[in-house]
Amino acid sequence: MSRPEFIAPPEIYYNQEESHKYTNNTRVQQIQAEMTLRALELLNLPSSQYVLDIGCGSCLSGQVLTEEGHQWVGMDISAAMLGNALDLDVEGDLFLADMGAGVPFRPGSFDAAISISAIQWLCNADSAEANPKKRLKQFFETLYASLKRGGKAVCQFYPVGQDQIDLILHSAKVAGFGGGMVIDRPESKRHKKYYLVLTAGIDGDL
Amino acid sequence: MKLLTTNFVQCAVKSCSSSSNCFPLHFTECELVHEDLEFDEDFIKNVMVKIDWPALLSVTRDIGNNSLPEEKPNIESCDEQVLRDLHLVLLETQIKDGKMICKNCDHLYHIKNTIPNFLLPPHLA
Ligand SMILES: [Zn+2]
Repeated sequence: MSRPEFIAPPEIYYNQEESHKYTNNTRVQQIQAEMTLRALELLNLPSSQYVLDIGCGSCLSGQVLTEEGHQWVGMDISAAMLGNALDLDVEGDLFLADMGAGVPFRPGSFDAAISISAIQWLCNADSAEANPKKRLKQFFETLYASLKRGGKAVCQFYPVGQDQIDLILHSAKVAGFGGGMVIDRPESKRHKKYYLVLTAGIDGDL
Repeated sequence: MKLLTTNFVQCAVKSCSSSSNCFPLHFTECELVHEDLEFDEDFIKNVMVKIDWPALLSVTRDIGNNSLPEEKPNIESCDEQVLRDLHLVLLETQIKDGKMICKNCDHLYHIKNTIPNFLLPPHLA
């Protein structure tokens, strides 16, 4: 199966049919829930936090956030995906927005942020205006500002290669984040999972 | 969109990010809905530290809700009823459809079926 990022931009790829298939696939649901729980474990939050979910899709991750007792705001560029989230009757707030254009929240809004299987999309150049470096910069700068000082972000993503990991890490660091990569099951080609673990405002070993 | 969120969202237009006028947005033609949510005292206490009270009053006035006091309640010493009232306003009151306008650049954002649209044309992003 081809990677969706190589086929079309997310707002086109996740049309009604694809987003419905994705949302209702039990295997997808299970993997998304597992990765969300792992991201929350890495965040290690107290209860009742205010969390931003970047590239929330149909909010399979948001449902886990609700079960874990957090309030959240999810943003996604696919209206069809958000439509599926409405059908699931999720408790969080939904935003139709492009993460590459920035996170539209005032400084210090969120206690934490998560992103499941989304930020690799920032590295696409689907249109003439799309400049991955610029989009990564805008994303990480505004994410940094929107988190409270010491707030953490965990982004699980599917990198295409080491170059892409380096580019993403570099962009996060330039925006001010500390932190680094956590790689689960590094020995397994199929089950290897990449988590970018970031802290806003505290020096890390990135 | 919950009223809580109106206290955090700001204009996404790039040239507005350095303006103090990009928050709060001005709300107009809003249709409100009530959604029952379980009372979460810890969350209200946690988030009240971050709430910009004058901005919250500005938005509640925009939508015709005058239930909030002029002064920000002291969360450490208030009754449970005050926390419950805040929960009702912040989390259970939602904007189903409406418009938001940036006070700095006049950009208009639409809220449809509870979802605000923050997609911008390339020249503004
Ligand atoms: Zn503006």
